[in-house]
Amino acid sequence: MTTVRRAQPRTQGGGRNVVAHLFLAALVIYFLVPVWFLFVASTKDAHGLFAGSAGALWFDKNFDLFGNLAALTTFNQGIFLRWLGNSALYALSGGVGATVLAVLAGYGFAKFQFRGRNLSFAILLGSVMVPATALVIPTFVLLSQLGLTDTIWAVILPSLLNPFGVYLIRVYAADAIPDELLDAARVDGAGEIRTFFQVVLPLMRPAVVTVLLLSIVGTWNNYFLPLAMLSNTNLFPTTVGIGLWEGLAASNNAGGQSLWSLIIVGSLISIIPLIIAFLSLQKYWQGGLSLGSFK
Amino acid sequence: MANAAAVRAEKSARTGGGRAGDAGSKRSSRQRKHLPAGSLFIAPFGVVFLIFLIAPLAYAFYLSLFTKGLATGTEFKGIANYVRAFTDPSFLKGIWFVIRFSLVLIPVQMAVSLAAALVLDSMTSRFARFSRLMIFLPYAIPAVIGALMWGFLYSPSFGPLQQLFGLIGQKAPFLLSPDNIFGGLMNVVTWQWAGYYMIIIYAALQGIDPTLYEAARMDGASARQLAFRIKIPMVSSALVLILVFALIGTLQFFTEPQILGPVANGTITPDFTPNIYAFNLAFAYAQFNYASAISFALGIVVFIGVYVFLFLTRRRGSFL
Repeated sequence: MTTVRRAQPRTQGGGRNVVAHLFLAALVIYFLVPVWFLFVASTKDAHGLFAGSAGALWFDKNFDLFGNLAALTTFNQGIFLRWLGNSALYALSGGVGATVLAVLAGYGFAKFQFRGRNLSFAILLGSVMVPATALVIPTFVLLSQLGLTDTIWAVILPSLLNPFGVYLIRVYAADAIPDELLDAARVDGAGEIRTFFQVVLPLMRPAVVTVLLLSIVGTWNNYFLPLAMLSNTNLFPTTVGIGLWEGLAASNNAGGQSLWSLIIVGSLISIIPLIIAFLSLQKYWQGGLSLGSFK
Repeated sequence: MANAAAVRAEKSARTGGGRAGDAGSKRSSRQRKHLPAGSLFIAPFGVVFLIFLIAPLAYAFYLSLFTKGLATGTEFKGIANYVRAFTDPSFLKGIWFVIRFSLVLIPVQMAVSLAAALVLDSMTSRFARFSRLMIFLPYAIPAVIGALMWGFLYSPSFGPLQQLFGLIGQKAPFLLSPDNIFGGLMNVVTWQWAGYYMIIIYAALQGIDPTLYEAARMDGASARQLAFRIKIPMVSSALVLILVFALIGTLQFFTEPQILGPVANGTITPDFTPNIYAFNLAFAYAQFNYASAISFALGIVVFIGVYVFLFLTRRRGSFL
């Protein structure tokens, strides 16, 4: 069961199967159309966006990407840049924090025997099935008692909770870390902390990167939690900020400024960091994501 | 290498390798019994778990037992809020919607992601690798932005659907109208998640021992039989895992309808899904006691639904 089988090239097909390629091409077009639209639309001025001559999926004669970017960074004293910074702050601190906690706890569950271990692990597994958004309103009420709502902590602290990450690390650690190695480290006189950093952590790298990536994506893309917690627009992440603009634009309260162009170009900017992260960390998540996530 | 290691972990996740690992480590675990280190490693997570999961749940349950009126003040009412929730047409309508939505959406999503994974698994061309990345791409895009982009594409005045139908002299349907909203939302969610599910199935397929295929081919199995008799059964636990994700995600449906609300001309009501209803009760009407009851009730519905599902599909100790 623990034998590792390397994926081998399949003998059939070999790239000549026309039907399969057509099917894939159709899927690629479907999945890329909205992204292509976003890119094309962000090069249009307000008139081109709604009444452009070439339609929604092709460039207008007026190329205004840089004008839109300039408008985006200056609108409302550059509030969008602030939202971008907030998103990065929440995603990095929440993601890194959640990963650290999950790695420690997952390793503790996998490799130590202590009283109440089975019970607490059963509770953890049950909690994976508790829908995250059902916790948002109760957490809001709780944090408002402590005066913490409408602060960065109201977004960062709840993001630290990632029971599924603990489960993934535990499953991975149980197999990837031989007990003999831990015993050997102890015989050599290494303490628990040193063993953890020098022996355990390097062996768990693929699982750690996967949990980190999933936690960061989950926090960066989160909408419900910051929407409920924050009312000060200076603290918004991009998701809530763009949602706010959309509501204003749809009800025509934009005060003459065409918010739709800003929404489009802002959306384009805010999907770039995660796409870069996924492309550059490909070799980790392509396999690691098979572990899955709830976010 | 990372790939193989992760597949191994995934494998043991579905075959209960955790338990097998425990059996193997019994000897040395016993030796370490006296060390408190295990609980110390778990303690930091435990604190967060208590504060942000147990405490909110307990507090929500506590709040849900009270009502707050302008004249009466806060009063203990027992399960009155739950009686109200489960007889509240808004809540029941929302629950009914997300259940119907799951029943239609999840099979479609599974079919798309399974088909894509099977095709990708049988191909090794550069185009297949490129396709895999592109199909996965929407996962990296926030649901807020995905919903917004589709909202634009659906637009009857300047979306591409209009151009397409204009070619044949027809008027394009508005996919956010009350008749079409179901399909319109289904498309957005499928687009967002199918690629992610595809990757999970694909990784599981890549973990299957290729000698199985050779044996089957020697017995004269066709490609179709290979897919239906070997590949799909071999990844069934990955499919169960995805179903659970999809079920939990869909029952707490919030972001997409919330974002499409302002451009849907009133199709998406403040009680469209239970989560939107709870959100509006709390933040538009400040009915925190009742909103807590709705949240808690939704949590229970999801928990029981997933539990029943896992129980029914439990035959080989999958996932949990």
